[in-house]
Amino acid sequence: MSAITEEVVDSAAIASASTKRKPLWQLAIRNNAVIFGGVILLVMVAIAILAPFLGTVDPTRIDPANRNKRPDTEITIRHDDGTTTKRIAYFGTDSLGRDVYSRVLYGTRVSLIVGISVAVLAVALGLMIGMVSGYVRWADGIIMRIMDGLMAIPGILLAIALVSIWRAGITTVIFAIVVPEVPRVVRLVRSIVLTVREEPYVEGAISVGTPTVTLLFRHILPNTVAPLIVQATFTAAAAIITEAILSFLGIGIPPETPSWGNIMAEGRTLFRIFPHNILYPGIFLALAVLAINVMGDGLRDTLDPKMSKNT
Amino acid sequence: MIDFIARRLVSIVPVLAVVAIFVFLMLRLTPGDPAAVIAGDNATSDQIADIRAKLGLDLPIWQQFAIWIGDMLHGNFGESFFFKKTVASLIAQRIEPTLALAICTLILAVVIAVPLGVIAAYRHGTAVDRIVMGFSVLGFSVPVFVIGYCLIYVFAIYLGWLPVQGYTRIGVDFGGFLEHMILPSVSLAVIYIALIARITRASVLEVLNEDYIRTARAKGLSNRVVLMRHALRNAAVPILTVIGIGVALLIGGAVVTESVYGLPGLGRLTVEAVLSRDFPTIQAVILMFSVVYVLINLLIDIAYTLFDPRIRY
Amino acid sequence: MSSSVSTPASSQTAARASKAKANSPVLEVKNLSVALPSGGDRANAVSNVSFTVNPGEIVCLVGESGSGKSVISFTIMGLLAKALKPVSGEILLEGENVLAASEARLRELRCTRMSMIFQEPMTALNPVMTCGDQIDEVLRTHTKLDAAQRKAKIIGILTRVKLPDPERIYASFPHQLSGGQRQRIMIAMALVLDPVLLIADEPTTALDVTTQAEILKLIAELQEGQGTGVLFITHDFGVVAEIAHRVAVLRWGELVEMGPTEQILSRPAQAYTRMLISSVPSIHPAHRGVRLAREMVLRTEKLGKIYSSKSLFQKSRVVKAAIGVDLEVRKGETLGIVGESGSGKSTVARCIARLIDPSEGNIYLGDTDIARIPAVRLRPHRRKVQIVFQDPYRSLNPRMTVGDSIIEGPMNFGLGHAEAMQRARKLMETVRLDPNALDRYPHQFSGGQRQRICIARALAMEPELLIADEAVSALDVSVQKQVLELLDEIRQRLNLAVLFITHDLRVAAQICDYVAVMSQGRVVEYGAAEQVFGAPKHEYTKTLFAAAPGRNWEFGKFAA
Repeated sequence: MSAITEEVVDSAAIASASTKRKPLWQLAIRNNAVIFGGVILLVMVAIAILAPFLGTVDPTRIDPANRNKRPDTEITIRHDDGTTTKRIAYFGTDSLGRDVYSRVLYGTRVSLIVGISVAVLAVALGLMIGMVSGYVRWADGIIMRIMDGLMAIPGILLAIALVSIWRAGITTVIFAIVVPEVPRVVRLVRSIVLTVREEPYVEGAISVGTPTVTLLFRHILPNTVAPLIVQATFTAAAAIITEAILSFLGIGIPPETPSWGNIMAEGRTLFRIFPHNILYPGIFLALAVLAINVMGDGLRDTLDPKMSKNT
Repeated sequence: MIDFIARRLVSIVPVLAVVAIFVFLMLRLTPGDPAAVIAGDNATSDQIADIRAKLGLDLPIWQQFAIWIGDMLHGNFGESFFFKKTVASLIAQRIEPTLALAICTLILAVVIAVPLGVIAAYRHGTAVDRIVMGFSVLGFSVPVFVIGYCLIYVFAIYLGWLPVQGYTRIGVDFGGFLEHMILPSVSLAVIYIALIARITRASVLEVLNEDYIRTARAKGLSNRVVLMRHALRNAAVPILTVIGIGVALLIGGAVVTESVYGLPGLGRLTVEAVLSRDFPTIQAVILMFSVVYVLINLLIDIAYTLFDPRIRY
Repeated sequence: MSSSVSTPASSQTAARASKAKANSPVLEVKNLSVALPSGGDRANAVSNVSFTVNPGEIVCLVGESGSGKSVISFTIMGLLAKALKPVSGEILLEGENVLAASEARLRELRCTRMSMIFQEPMTALNPVMTCGDQIDEVLRTHTKLDAAQRKAKIIGILTRVKLPDPERIYASFPHQLSGGQRQRIMIAMALVLDPVLLIADEPTTALDVTTQAEILKLIAELQEGQGTGVLFITHDFGVVAEIAHRVAVLRWGELVEMGPTEQILSRPAQAYTRMLISSVPSIHPAHRGVRLAREMVLRTEKLGKIYSSKSLFQKSRVVKAAIGVDLEVRKGETLGIVGESGSGKSTVARCIARLIDPSEGNIYLGDTDIARIPAVRLRPHRRKVQIVFQDPYRSLNPRMTVGDSIIEGPMNFGLGHAEAMQRARKLMETVRLDPNALDRYPHQFSGGQRQRICIARALAMEPELLIADEAVSALDVSVQKQVLELLDEIRQRLNLAVLFITHDLRVAAQICDYVAVMSQGRVVEYGAAEQVFGAPKHEYTKTLFAAAPGRNWEFGKFAA
């Protein structure tokens, strides 16, 4: 804007500059990466919800007669009442005769639940702790020392340590993955709070007597929304991988529960002869994580250009 | 300089203290009697009483911690009831494959990732850049064990070029050692390469926007000189930082990779210990990995001073 | 190229002198147009601009932000961002069209025939290379000199730019030097190969006024000695009056007029140039009329702020940002605090606004000492002191409408929404903005408009003291004038006490009744503006005034 337009009561200049900035989510859903990742993710969500209606059988049903079938084999299922049905095992069966196709589809549920819960919990906890750390001076030192300590333990090891304490189960696994993720969110939130509170508009708000709580919620917190959405997507992706790793190592979700990691763990011993036990859940796992990561990249580029420059 | 190192050393004390407290409390947080947990499922009540006495479980908790931390500092990591050995000897026995895997992966990753990142930044917005970035996202997304099994299937089973699993000690047969190291290090390196390439690209891009790069161009330097002499060295600090932070990925990845390739290292030991609820071993391994991780990052902190004179001693 | 450069300097100078006599221009810009990317606010960043620079001549390109002056300089060097494209015209450097030159040829020309120095000496040097190495790089790239010859040449040029202890400077990293020293390094680097053209892009804008004076003097000396043609880009007419032989005035990418400095400054032909020049505040204080003994609003006593960093292994570093500051501001009066960067002037302002806690001394608002009262009891007093900051782009929450920003304060103190909005509408009129624009967001306003909104937000609190912390420093001179006039009018109408923090002596001279000059945390001179400006007593004040560029020129007194 140039000087000469800076006239007294220059409503004309204001009108000419009145193109309203588009809400960020509108920008985000036009980004190709967000669309690509979002569509795959929606399909995954649909699979998770609709798993029973997609030609699956009970994923925990053990069938000694149909062990280790290769993909696309036609198998005969004997029911308890003596009747039989024929069906094609698209992804084959495992060494206990369980249907891999059904297990993989149901496994989507576990992964998505873990991903979403971990992202939500880690962000919620991290946001609370990070705000306290960024705004309460005396608490900052203690909190950050604890966070540094937690970050000094490599994430997967920390999760392994935590699952080893309690009995395995999905709640334990979620909690064990949340703990190592929280310090990252805390640091992010804290650094945003510390930067933003130096902004002149925050100091302006302080000098017009805005109470601290209002200051936090009105002027400081909104700045964390975009970075936290981005962080949440990456956290979800990492959580899905960690769950798969824990289950794969046999220390995650109980083996009878269909989860991608469990299916692969089960297929390890006979991998050389029957690679399909690892292949199909592997593809699903990689695709789900890829979709979330691509979406996260897209969100970062649109929501948070500053952060995308730094990472 | 010595002053600087001393200060850095002091600064890691609280970090390690938090780690130690966590590892110590781990056992106390398990449901049930810690002595019974340590002794394992088949222990007699005598054995449990023996452990109880050894650990001083009847003492106040802070005294227990003092005794425990004293033991740890003296290298006395306790005894594994599952393996029937001292934890220290277990670790000594298992350290070689893990160390070898970590070093091979680290070298492989840095050698591949840094040039990739620099090229992507230099050719910003071109097809080369997009391919590198695409690979990077893919590398983040495919878990190490999926990559591992794919590589085994192609190179070990289908092509038969490399052994499927197992480990040969470096002192026994160096060729065999290398053969057994190739697939594990490549698998483990993928995510690390993705990480380093991405950060390298981002930091070089950022540096290329700096005023002093414009000055260098105004001096009439060629693009190559500007990139290599001015940009890369200024981008070194964030790249080094991420290499250091990435060691956590490396350690976590090693646990998985060793399981996939049947390497008898510390990662496998960790998993075996968790499966058999062998707490002294779990505690020792976690403590050790964390100390190593912190020390590596300390070294990197010190290395910054080589690259950036503004970081004061 | 390298062969001609490695000839002895004396014969080069001789050659140049003969060229100067021939009086063929060093630089000829003919009908230059540079296109902006589509979607910009205009088609061309630069349209149809022509001018020349002769040997031994300093030509100033003057204009406000967005005038395209920097684009021209980058186009000449061939350093334009990829988004900007020269679309027509020629740039002749000693007759050679650089617009048509290959990238390789351009690289040869840079630093040998044409050199450039930049605005920010802090960031223009590579932080991880020693200054010597950075100059050495120029010699290694463009000459065949051996190491010893290069070293000798570098020490020579470091001496010529009057850097003390050249050997030490050679081995120093940029962060170990001051801003002025770094700019000298830049100049040394630019001139080490005696180019025929030096482009200086706002080279003193980021520097303090005393350093600025030294750098301007150095540039003038060096170019006169070597007969270098200088293209000097600036927004500051003080600098123009100080250094230029000829002036070109730019506006929106077009050349408004060009002529000898004296002619442009005293007899400008164009209305725009007149407007621009008459917006430059005079360095002689305006007569502010009779002062009555008025009610005291603010009084500080021995105000001090000490920053100390404690560390286990290091000696604790103590920075005394402000020491024993005594100030008084009365109703309807403006007190200016002037000083260079790091003088402590902003620290004092921020202490008074209690954005930071003072370490010692008292701050009386009326009868109450607010220096140490805890945050809870501070709130009722917050209302009385309001502050307007320097950066108009960061002073308003981008997520809130300006209306919400203005009414936030009054509503904090219990005013209803409707009443607060009513007040906001009135205030928009006071600061001469359209009250209907209250529901717009900050990004829809220009910098000057935002600063008015900030003033409105401050006034909404009905304060007794208004602090303006470099509030007009980020604005173009014509906008600055309007905001200054607005501030002064408001002060008169509301009988407001104003504390005005600035580094700009001209601004201070125009708006202040009293002036406190700060240096290194202390007030070194304090008195009525006319007295301080007219007969400065303290040594530092004298130096400061002597350094003000264009102090001998009375801007806006045009000849008939």
